[in-house]
Amino acid sequence: MTQFILNNTEIKTSLPKGLTMLDFVRYHQHLMGTKIGCREGDCGACTMLVGTLEGEVVKYHSVTSCLMPLGNAHGKHIVTIEGINLEKLNIVQQAFSDNAATQCGFCTPGFIMSLTGFCLDDKIPTNENAIDAVNGNICRCTGYKSIEKAAVSVSYQLQERAHANPIEFAVKNNIVPEYFLNIPSMLKNIQPVVYSGSEIKKVGGGTDLYVQQHDTITHEKIDFLLNQSQLKGIQQNGNICTMGGATTVSEISDSPVFNEYFKDLNKYIKLVSSTPIRNMATVAGNFTNASPIGDLTILFLALDAQLQLNDGNSTRNIPLRSFYKGYKQLNKNEKEIIEKISFELPSASDLFNFEKVCKRTHLDIASVNSALSIKMNGAVIEKAGISAGGVGPIPMYLSKSSEFLFEKTVSEKLIFELIEVVQSEISPISDARGTVKYKRLLLSQLIKAHFIQSFSHIDVNKLLKN
Amino acid sequence: MKNIDSYTHTRGESVYLDDIPTLTGTLYGMVFGSPLAHGKIIHLDISEAMVSEGIVRILTYKDIPGKNQIGGIVPDEPLMAEDEVHYNGMPVAFVVATSVEAAAAAVKKIKIEIDPLPVITNPRVAKANGSLIVPPRTFKIGDINKAFAECKYVIEGTAETNGQEHLYIETQGAYALPAENGAIKVYSSTQGPTAVQRHMADVLGIPMHRIEVDVTRLGGGFGGKEDQATPWAIFCGLASFLLKKPVKYSLHRMEDMRMTGKRNPYTSDYKIGLDQHLNIIAYEVEFYQNAGASADLSPAVLERTLFHTTNSYFIPNVTATAYSCRTNLPPNTAFRGFGGPQGMFVIESAIAKAAEHLGISASVIQQKNLVKTGDEFPYGQIIESEAKVCWDKLHDLNDIKKLEIEIADFNKKNILYKKGISFMPICFGISFTKTPMNQARALVHIYTDGSINISTGAVEMGQGVNTKMIQVAASIFSISPDWIKLNSTNTYRIANTSPSAASATADLNGRAVQVACEALLERLKTIAAESLQCSVTDVEIKEEIIFINGQSADMSWKDLVMAGYLKRISLSEHGHYATPGLHFDMSKEKGHPFAYHVFGTALTSVTVDCLRGTYEVDAVQLVHDFGTSMNPMIDKGQIEGGLVQGIGWMTMEEIVFDEQGRLRSNALSTYKVPDIYSVPKNIDIHFLDTQNDNLAIFKSKAVGEPPLMYGIGTFFAIRNAIKAFNPDSNIEYAAPMTPEKVLLGLYNTKND
Repeated sequence: MTQFILNNTEIKTSLPKGLTMLDFVRYHQHLMGTKIGCREGDCGACTMLVGTLEGEVVKYHSVTSCLMPLGNAHGKHIVTIEGINLEKLNIVQQAFSDNAATQCGFCTPGFIMSLTGFCLDDKIPTNENAIDAVNGNICRCTGYKSIEKAAVSVSYQLQERAHANPIEFAVKNNIVPEYFLNIPSMLKNIQPVVYSGSEIKKVGGGTDLYVQQHDTITHEKIDFLLNQSQLKGIQQNGNICTMGGATTVSEISDSPVFNEYFKDLNKYIKLVSSTPIRNMATVAGNFTNASPIGDLTILFLALDAQLQLNDGNSTRNIPLRSFYKGYKQLNKNEKEIIEKISFELPSASDLFNFEKVCKRTHLDIASVNSALSIKMNGAVIEKAGISAGGVGPIPMYLSKSSEFLFEKTVSEKLIFELIEVVQSEISPISDARGTVKYKRLLLSQLIKAHFIQSFSHIDVNKLLKN
Repeated sequence: MKNIDSYTHTRGESVYLDDIPTLTGTLYGMVFGSPLAHGKIIHLDISEAMVSEGIVRILTYKDIPGKNQIGGIVPDEPLMAEDEVHYNGMPVAFVVATSVEAAAAAVKKIKIEIDPLPVITNPRVAKANGSLIVPPRTFKIGDINKAFAECKYVIEGTAETNGQEHLYIETQGAYALPAENGAIKVYSSTQGPTAVQRHMADVLGIPMHRIEVDVTRLGGGFGGKEDQATPWAIFCGLASFLLKKPVKYSLHRMEDMRMTGKRNPYTSDYKIGLDQHLNIIAYEVEFYQNAGASADLSPAVLERTLFHTTNSYFIPNVTATAYSCRTNLPPNTAFRGFGGPQGMFVIESAIAKAAEHLGISASVIQQKNLVKTGDEFPYGQIIESEAKVCWDKLHDLNDIKKLEIEIADFNKKNILYKKGISFMPICFGISFTKTPMNQARALVHIYTDGSINISTGAVEMGQGVNTKMIQVAASIFSISPDWIKLNSTNTYRIANTSPSAASATADLNGRAVQVACEALLERLKTIAAESLQCSVTDVEIKEEIIFINGQSADMSWKDLVMAGYLKRISLSEHGHYATPGLHFDMSKEKGHPFAYHVFGTALTSVTVDCLRGTYEVDAVQLVHDFGTSMNPMIDKGQIEGGLVQGIGWMTMEEIVFDEQGRLRSNALSTYKVPDIYSVPKNIDIHFLDTQNDNLAIFKSKAVGEPPLMYGIGTFFAIRNAIKAFNPDSNIEYAAPMTPEKVLLGLYNTKND
């Protein structure tokens, strides 16, 4: 039995927990405002909001419902466009109407939900944040300029909120209906589900599994990990950071620890999928999907992250760097899940950089991505970690290249020598994301980019004119 | 006036195909498409699928009561394969089941044995094999041989443009219901309701009058639902006709991408000649169009390429030949611009290459050769040109010299980033190039309470045509738009419609609404004159009040309508419009095919990241010839959307077929269209308001397709930035300019 609140209605359903929320609302609840565009989280037409009770308040975030299983809705407040409609248009709807931000209208409900979610969030209502809220929504008609104007208008109208509670403000200003105020008490009555841990199929955020296995996964028996409390949380102990496997990308992005130790964190995160996907996608999910271009995998490979695996009875620890045995082959048995991930936080003198290039800079899968982590001892490299994706069958930790840097001094010459070592370690193939020639050249460029980003004394002219 | 649908759109209350409430007993269909791109069918085994749970029936070509043929221009496209398959995804069977899941499970159980034949994906190979869809066509003016002999500069080259996936966010689909007496009602997400009706009649072997096609609105079309919406509607119609049950099919995105055609890719060879004053005096070009496996609309697309061979330029001596080449790809089709953009890319490449050869900016050659009023295009039409006015206005808005110096300065100082700019003038002919299609009808009913219902042949797909139709009627009657409702597009109400295409929908249907409303107005004025005892010419309606010689009479719009009813006049009118003055003689390839042309010029500036090979479009500023826009808000939206779609085509949108004709970019994860971050940071649109009389509705020129071609400027701006980093780069004139091409272009050398 899955129990949750859909808009203003309590739902108890015994439908398969693997069913997508998109199919549930459209074909079982006949709420047709949520649209189907791609069924792989790439267009945002099916965006809805998920409210989670945190203490006395409900926090809302946007999700692409085509990738969200019913099982992950348990205990949540699910909001579709029907659930925000009042008699008059709300400020988001009005801004879209006033700015001609809707043409064919098919993508519009998704945009409206993303921005209404933004209105319920406690993020500072800047224009940039408003636009980030719709970065998972694709529109093929407008060219986005009118949508930008609408988003900016919404963020402007939120200025007067100041420090008021976003939900109360939204109700008072007719952004959402009054019933939103009753949701916390309604959610408290729903008992959490503890999963057995014995099912073979395990789903975290579902953002990759539901792309790959959408048509077969519905009726499978699944353990849902996303909301398991023992898999959540980001903690700092001295210079060690430990997080639960079900930590989402958004949770990393909002984490004070990560923001303190990685000054460009938001720049990196912005390159990883889109807001609604980041709201669901988990770190452990990214690792276990074993995509050779997993963004978080590449990032944490360079940081030498350690994994704690749990098979239900016992735990064992292994480095992420030895987690991959071959294409989509893991050093993990079927019962094991990644319970915790830990890594050493970089010190003030350490350097870290993440690079990613794809056809479209945002909401795209990398042609090549790479991360570099360096510990300096004066002018000499004491320890280095270089990782690269899209250049082999697994997300690669470039061990020879990393070792090559040991006790070296950074110079243009060193970078060129390093690139030669890097090239000897990789084995890219030609595919829809690029030819071998391109991927090799691109990784060399990204290696240069790491050093240009990290060392101000590098002569860019020498690096670019080879 | 705002888009009339904006209230329901923003509330998720607008109804699209998949939102129509389904009737009890509805069945769900799904196509089984060929797994190979070319071959002979040895055996089709549906036995296992037939016993699959929930299966109702599996249809093959043998079940078709009429003709197995849906080709529009050329009858070369079966609805379902008989003994050969010609592209990967070509429909072979149609599975009907009690649920979508059951249909999908059964499709997987169908087995087919195919004896493979050679797969051709390259149009030049097809041409060499003599595999053409229609005979080649040549447009000619002057004498190129003589002219080339007089040229000071002659430059030759090759230019290529890839296809483009329409990526309407609503996929293709249809829902068919059986009606009494062997009739069928079908809801279809189509730009061409009449095409659906006509081909379904052929396939079912019944007259057109038994087929009611109804279209409420489309979640995007862009040409992709002009002819290619037809098969899905017929599949549902056929199954519904045979099983006497409602049948629905709404395609999964990956089915849609795999089975439907896209913008035609082109590869072209050109030779351009200039005199010492930089006048282009000769241009010879051969276009190889990749048509895919059957004609679809490709011959018409090919024709428009020829019409736009010289873009916005006057060239006195031209020979342009175009080949429509048959390959083993899904039949390519209409896409915003309809062959025009493909032709324009070639002339712009030729000019850019000539400029590079001469060491000057392409804009010098562009400006010198802009078409003037009174010039003749290769197809014989004499032009009324706004080309120079647009170009000059854009230059008045900017100090171009200063801009060029600033960019040169920036490029000198920076190595990590380089900037580039380009100009892109456009000239686009408005009308269906097939003259008979330039007709439309509208049905206007006035009810006794004064409210009005309008039906036209126009399909609303986001372009705002229904809003414009209401504006036409409201303006003629001088009443509030609130009195007027636009109906769905329906073949039982409006017959023999042309598809909503060619940018001409508002013009044609708007004129038909105008004809109908003016006839009704005249009738109502006669009633007013009778009842108020004055002459008809003294009567005027202003804001819903009847005026006699400027004096308000004690009579409202509603009173007048009721008076008309009581006098037993018809409060309904069926208006018909056919664009006057159009003709084209295909035997001579000369005539006057277009009602008018739309002009404009765009200035694009970009920044290329020379380390990573990525780029951003900083700004596009453009001057566009709107005529007198009847709805600046809607028209501006068309410009922005068209421009960004054009930029997508030129940059990140890359269709990848492998040598076996399998689509590799078959999902949104592998085919990228612009997102909110990748559009130009600034789009600055200046209206060129011209009061000149034209054949547009209320002088408001068509605006659907022309702006797409501004996007071509982005290709050349990026190319210029690459050249600023690597002057020796041998980067080809081949779109799209993906980050891969940019990076390789930044670092290649002439020896590569």
